[in-house]
Amino acid sequence: MSSELTAEAQGRGEDPNASSSASPRLRGESILAILEQRRGVYQRMSWETLAAAQHLGRELDRPVSAAVIGEAVSELAAEAAAKQLERVYAVEHRLLKPYTADAYVAALEGLLWNVQPFLVLFPHTYRVRDFAPKLATRFGRVLVSDVIGHRLEGGELLLVRQLFQGKLDADVQFTSPPPNFASIQAGAYRADQLREGSAEVEPYLPELARSVIRTRPRESFRDSDRAVDLSAAEIIVSVGRGIRDKENLPLIQDLAKALGAELAASRPICDNGWLPMERQVGSSGQTVAPKLYVAIGISGAIQHLVGMKGSKTIVAINKDPDAPIFEVADYGIAGDLFEIVPALIEELRKPK
Amino acid sequence: MKIVVALKQVPGRDSLLRVDASLRWISEADLTLETNEPDAYALEEALQLKEQHGGEVVVLSVGPARVAQAIRGALAKGADRAIHIEEDLNEWDTLGIAQLMARALEPEKPDLILTGLQSDDLGYGQTGVVLAELLSLPHATIIMQVELQNGALRAKREQEGGWFQYLELPLPALLTIQSGISKLRYATLMGIKRAQTKEVRKLTAAGLGVKPARSVEIRRVYLPRHERETEMLEGSPRQVAAKLVERLKFTARVL
Repeated sequence: MSSELTAEAQGRGEDPNASSSASPRLRGESILAILEQRRGVYQRMSWETLAAAQHLGRELDRPVSAAVIGEAVSELAAEAAAKQLERVYAVEHRLLKPYTADAYVAALEGLLWNVQPFLVLFPHTYRVRDFAPKLATRFGRVLVSDVIGHRLEGGELLLVRQLFQGKLDADVQFTSPPPNFASIQAGAYRADQLREGSAEVEPYLPELARSVIRTRPRESFRDSDRAVDLSAAEIIVSVGRGIRDKENLPLIQDLAKALGAELAASRPICDNGWLPMERQVGSSGQTVAPKLYVAIGISGAIQHLVGMKGSKTIVAINKDPDAPIFEVADYGIAGDLFEIVPALIEELRKPK
Repeated sequence: MKIVVALKQVPGRDSLLRVDASLRWISEADLTLETNEPDAYALEEALQLKEQHGGEVVVLSVGPARVAQAIRGALAKGADRAIHIEEDLNEWDTLGIAQLMARALEPEKPDLILTGLQSDDLGYGQTGVVLAELLSLPHATIIMQVELQNGALRAKREQEGGWFQYLELPLPALLTIQSGISKLRYATLMGIKRAQTKEVRKLTAAGLGVKPARSVEIRRVYLPRHERETEMLEGSPRQVAAKLVERLKFTARVL
């Protein structure tokens, strides 16, 4: 094991008074959104992050740019360039496919020295969770992860994030010079508020050596044939403990079918093995923000709420009228799901 | 194989949280404390690897004196010894905490470092990754399964939307572990007894030569604002079903 701490971070730790000179200080003008793509398609949260960047750019009066990373990304860069941005950086290298934290960080570190951003925004995806803290550490900074909003107070930028799994919120402030780093939670900003425009595409070709990559990733796979990307679903029907028995699941599946929805679940259902884990919504599962989320027999433990409360419209059906799920619901029905769900299926199947 | 498990003590999930007088953190007075759940799974993974391959499990924790309780719990479950960096967590940001850990681990030269994927309190989800960077180690996050093969690691990583991936890493390396991936063991009476005699080395930031510095600060902590007004629909099942579909079609316009 190496006994060397990275120079920047070590400098900061040893002499806080010298921190601004020991850790890199960039000119810091623009806001840079790092977009995520897989197999040539943008991850939906990339657009939400770009919307956040545009908001902040307008409020802080700073130019906004974006970067997309991969082996060959000129088409994706052109797609992003149709938004109101100053520039889109196409970060291309053979070694950026497949994703590795080592190659991404090496490439982005170089890009940041070139671009000199004030603030770097990421979508809070699993991939970002894997590499962004490492990138921030290279600059002696801490990533403010999983941001749900922001406000300006006396010209100071405060980022809002959740603590204690959503039981409390906190306003967090950067106290170091640029660059600073934040990742944006799914559903926190709205992609449909993106402004169109025309940006310049600028290729950025990092110098990467194969030797920087220490991990060997294998092909991604799915455990189940029917697995879905819940984050891409427009309507989700989610089931919890109130279903009582695995044998009752077909009722919920019928409702999902009638709504054209994907089926999801709270943690106890997946822990019991009644539904595969990839259908779990919540802090240890997926974060979703569909246009309609129907929670059935889910009490609304905070671990579940953090995964779905960004949904546009939320319906809750639960026996207990005091269940916390009703606090985040737009429409609530306090009653027996075994009576209400069949009635709902019937209503949905009525000819229009 | 020497495995270090970094674990954090956090307020229990059922704790009643109250914002303290500074409005910047919570009152610790009546909290029940427990080991951060994902970290408990990291410990379990480490103990299983030790059972299969031999070696030593060292627990590492940063926090005030109260953390000793979480450390004893881990020793009782089978960890061999512990390092306690006794510091008030509120004085430090993630990078600072990771610097303390990195300094403490330099002389240890572990083969593998495991930690939970995130903490239940701050939830930044990055201490492990930052620690790996400071120690120049390869890392992988949100790991569901760990195997040791021919002196290297094979780890199953969770991705979004039901996707998974295997990846191989050379040792030494750091992994952050997903919650719920195995069954946690309980401490036995014998384990609890043995834990009393196991070594807990106490270190301080001053001793490690690291000073607090923060590049991010919490300005205010508060109850989340109630964002939605809930309309409760009442009537017979048939009536509420009709009302709901009507609202979804014409008010919310999501159908």
